[in-house]
This record gives sequence, C-alpha cells and structure tokens, in this order.
Amino acid sequence: MSTASVPLPNWISYGVLPVLNLLVAFFISGLVVWSIGENPFQALKLLIEGALGRGEAIGFTLFYTTSFIFTGLSVAVAFHAGLFNIGSEGQAYVGGLGAALVALALDHYVPWYVTMPFAVIGAALFGAAWAFIPAWLQAKRGSHVVITTIMFNFIAAALMVYLLVNVFIVPGKMAPETRTFLPGGQLPKLDWLMALFGMKLGPAPFNVSFIIALVMCYLVWLLIWRSKLGYEMRTLGISPSAAVYAGIPYSRTVIIAMLISGGLAGMMALNPVMGASARLQVEFVAGAGFVGIAVSLMGRSHPLGIVFAAFLFGILYQGGADLSFEMPNITREMIVVIQGLVILFAGALEYMFRPAVVRIYQTLSGK
Amino acid sequence: MDYFDIFVSILGSTIRLSIPLIFTALAGLFSERAGIVDIGLEGKMLAAAFAAACLAYVSGSAWIGLLGGIGISIGFSMIHGFASITNRGNQIVSGVALNFIAAGLTIVLGQAWFSQGGRTPGLTGDARFSPIILPGADFMRDVPIVGPLYANVISGNNILTYLAFAAVPLSWWILYRTRFGLRLRAVGENPAAVDTAGISVSWLRFRALIVTGILGGFAGAYLAIAQSAAFINNMSAGKGYIALAALIFAKWKPVPVMLACLLFGFLDAVANFMQGKSIPMIGEVPVQIFQALPYVLTCILLAGFIGIAHPPKAGGVPYVKER
Repeated sequence: MSTASVPLPNWISYGVLPVLNLLVAFFISGLVVWSIGENPFQALKLLIEGALGRGEAIGFTLFYTTSFIFTGLSVAVAFHAGLFNIGSEGQAYVGGLGAALVALALDHYVPWYVTMPFAVIGAALFGAAWAFIPAWLQAKRGSHVVITTIMFNFIAAALMVYLLVNVFIVPGKMAPETRTFLPGGQLPKLDWLMALFGMKLGPAPFNVSFIIALVMCYLVWLLIWRSKLGYEMRTLGISPSAAVYAGIPYSRTVIIAMLISGGLAGMMALNPVMGASARLQVEFVAGAGFVGIAVSLMGRSHPLGIVFAAFLFGILYQGGADLSFEMPNITREMIVVIQGLVILFAGALEYMFRPAVVRIYQTLSGK
Repeated sequence: MDYFDIFVSILGSTIRLSIPLIFTALAGLFSERAGIVDIGLEGKMLAAAFAAACLAYVSGSAWIGLLGGIGISIGFSMIHGFASITNRGNQIVSGVALNFIAAGLTIVLGQAWFSQGGRTPGLTGDARFSPIILPGADFMRDVPIVGPLYANVISGNNILTYLAFAAVPLSWWILYRTRFGLRLRAVGENPAAVDTAGISVSWLRFRALIVTGILGGFAGAYLAIAQSAAFINNMSAGKGYIALAALIFAKWKPVPVMLACLLFGFLDAVANFMQGKSIPMIGEVPVQIFQALPYVLTCILLAGFIGIAHPPKAGGVPYVKER
C-alpha cells in the first residue's frame, strides 16, 4: 500500500517532518562550510553570537525579522488561495513608493503618529496596485501568475530606478534617492521595548513597524481562519473546481487574495524606508521578497509559524553579516545558500521523508 | 559614424547578447514541453558559468570548461527532477530554490577558492573560446553593404555562437521528427496516455531534463568563457528569466524561440547603445524602457492580446500513477 494516504498525527506532520527537513538543510549548509575549510560548529557559534549576543545585534535581527514577517505573510495569503506570488519583491519595491510619497508630503506638517496610518495605507495601496495586473491577468485571461509576477518584478525594478534617477533625486546629489524624511516622516525606534528587557538598542534600526507586522499577523489569522473570505480562499486553494461548484466566484477571490498579498508585501517597505534609512533608495528591498517564500514555506503559511521562521531568517541575516567579518572565507552569500536549501528541503522536498516516517510510526504504534 | 555603421554594430551586439538567451530558452523548451516547469534556468546558467570558468582556468582548456559547465547544469537539472518528478514536489518551489543555491554557492565557493571577491581569475589563450574569422572576411570588408555585414556580424564570432544557431534546427528535428521528441511532447500534454502506452513517464521526463541541463551548460559556458574571460558575481543578471519570457513569447516552439531571443537581444543592444544619447524630435529615451520592454511584451502576449499562448497542458503538475 502506498504510504501517501496514511494519516499521521499533527505533531508529526507539523512538528517532526518540518524539523527533519530543516535539519537536513542545515546539515548540508554545514557541509558547505566544512568543505571550504572552516569549522561549521565554530561558524554556528559565531553566527548565533552575532545575531543574539548583544542588544544591538538583537535589534538588527528583529529589524530583518520585521521585513520577513511582512513578505512571509504576503506569500502565505496568496498560497492559501492556491496562488504562488513570486512578486512580493516587486510589490514591496513599489510599496516603498507609496510610503515615501506619504512621508514626503506630510513630514513637514505632522508628527510621526499622524503620518504612520497614511503611510501604512499608501504602502499597502501601491503594493496591491502592483499585484493587481498579474491578478487580473490570472483571473480573467488565465495567464499564469508565477510568470507574470516574475515579469512584474523586473518591470518594477526598471520603473523605480527611472523614478529615483530622474524624478526623486535631490538636485546636485549623485545618489539616486529621495531627500531624507524629517522626523514627522520617520517611524521611531523601539528602544523602550528593548529597555524593558534591560538591553540597549544602540544604532540598530528596530522600529515601530515590528508592531504593525505583529498586528498584521493577527489580522491575517482572522482573515484566513475566521472569515468567510478566508474560507473561500482556502477552498479555492485546495480545489478550484470544488470552489466554483460551491458557488465561490473564482475571479473575485483570486483578485482579492492577490491584492491582500500585494498590500502586505508593500507594507514591508515601511520598515527599511521609514524605519531605517528615512529615504527611498534603489534596491532597498534587497531580496526580502524572496526570503518571504522561504519563510512562508517554513512557517507552513501560518502566521505563528511565519513569525518563528522570520525570526530564524533574521538571525541568519544578521548573524551571517557578523560571521563574514569574523571568518572572511565565508561571505555573506552563505545565507543565500542556506535560504535556497531551506526552500528546497522545506518546500520542494517536503514529503521526501514522509514514507520513512510513516513506516517508523506504523512499526512503533503497532498498526 | 553613419547610420549603416551604427546598424551593423548594433546587429553585431544583438547576436552576442542573444546567444545565451537562445541556449537557455531552448533548454527551457525541452523541459517545459515534457511538462516540467523550469524557473531554475537562471540558476543553471549561473552555476554552469562558474563551473566552466573554474575548470577552464585549472585545465587551460575551454572545452574542458564547457564540459564542466554542462556537468554542473545537468546536476542541477537532476536535483530539479528528483524533487519534482521522483518526490512530486512543487516544480516552481524547486526552481526558485535552485536559483538561490546557485546565486549563493558560486560566490561562496569563488571567494573561498580564489579570494577575488567571488570572481574567478581571468582566462587567456586556449582557456576561452576566441572569435573565429571566417575565410574572406578581411577581403570582403571593403565590399559595400554586404561586406561589413559579413565581416562584423556573420564572421568574428566564437564557435558557441554558431553552435547556438545550429541547436535551433536540431531541437526542432528532435522534437518534431524523432520518436523521443514525439513522446516528449506527449508527456507534456497527457502523461497518462504515455503511461498507458507502456512508456515510463519519469524516465522520459528525466531524459528531457538531461537535454535541458546540456543546453543550460552551453549558455553558462558562453557567458563565462566566450563572451567574458572570467566568472563575475551574478553574471547571468536575470538572463534566465528573459529566456523564460522569450520561451513563452515564442509559444514553446523552437524557431520562434530563436526569433524571440534575437528580438530581446536586439532590445538589449539598443538599450546599451542609447545610453546617454538622444533621438531627434523625441529627446533622450530612458534606458529603463528598453530594459522593461521584454517583460512588458511578454505580459501583453500572455494576456492574449497578441495571439494566445497555450502552454503544455500537463506543465507543472506532478504525474501520479496510482490514484
């Protein structure tokens, strides 16, 4: 009998199997480190120290975590509706435009807490708008959303470079970026939160958007598991034909799911643009949209899982940067390798160990 | 410089920029016609470029470099096959993963081995494919119109360029005139029918992926040891995705694939040429328009406004024998 249809208890499906996949990904990463002549355990120790050793390090780790929560949620929402949104990167990039426009318009006149809600809406609207055309093409014309969102990532990159070089650049400056936002257009740091735990944030850009990210986690959980729309999206994701048969409108659900996904990706821009650099820069997304794919896969598209996975990738990003100073032989790109291996084993090969685990489970439980 | 000279120079760089696209798009053609969606073309090209540059440097022979590129590209293809055929994993997820692994690993290993910030040492002499001057090119150069075209566009390319153009009719012949090609196309449309005929779906798809790997290896080798003389960080720079766009734009057919790649290569060449120049009446056209144009065109095509692109029916769906 095939092992694919044997039911497994939840603690194995959602606990043992993902952990097993993750361990293999890290084991192979360790082999790579070992093969270039460094000690993997020493590297792991340095990485964790670099990410969690001091208040400032934790601040940077949580800064990265914030970005990854947004993009992870973005990928997850689309995933629940059976859509693979590879376009979070481009949607976040264009979302930055929305956030920056709000900040540039309001920072002279109002304090940050008045700017913030408008910036959230601006970023989400621009991100959603960038997701709309691929969504519409998928819903109405049947063009595959994976392909169109890839194309839109590149179009976004070209568009944003054009805007920054030709429109937003400060006259007389070389760097293609907007002017620096005044405090009214910046999101303040969360040093008080760190102080509660007796730690100093230092120059780390850990900011209010972390709280927005956590609120979004709760809202996404409500949407997916506690709302009619979420139920419709999940039905569509599991079986499009069953969804249509049950009277769930295909086009509308696809478009709404992608708009929400794009909006969440757009909000990611709040963190680097308004929380850290206080200006819109070229390529500020820096791959966070793609990390969102790994985060969503690892977190099993559940907000709680996404927070953990985003934190893990935050550790990897911050610790990896530190590690490359300590061990110059290991460049920062080691993180990209680990990211790829996590996507491979937690995503594409997620069922590789299932048959073996099923056999062990059957033997142990005596069935 | 008169307009004809400009035209010839743009045409020459169109050819040079199209070659990696042609190899890669043909690579994607074989895998997608067999029903395996391949987002990982970019990663294959990059990994192959790195392997080719390393091996060409160590051995001093461009041909050994090419073999190395092909080897690593087939390796990546086989991982993709293991995930998406054997384990029935998500093909897009697997492709995305392989792209990341290639992007990271080439720099990590390059830095560890050569300590030049991810670059490989420069190649000279036989370690790279150098231009071939066709007979009579120098003699023909002075003949008006035909002469410059022959000397600067047709002659003076390296062996891989000619192989790329040879690969187009060869791919057509394999896909449409051989038993393997017929079965390959069938398995991309209706794997159950192929299975019923007693042919192994998995083995057929694996063989298609081996062809994909070989062509991906040529693409990477072209970048690192023919067009350039070293591997440079992220040197594929999105060409794998442009090739994917060209494949869709060509509606998954070999000869249109070549034409689409030439078109996208031409846009790239024009973009390079137009940098900082202005057109009379219009003024300076932003380079970004030419950079975005291949993607915009592909989206318009996908929307069904320029004919309809029908992808292979079974693309992206793992084949499950027993239900």
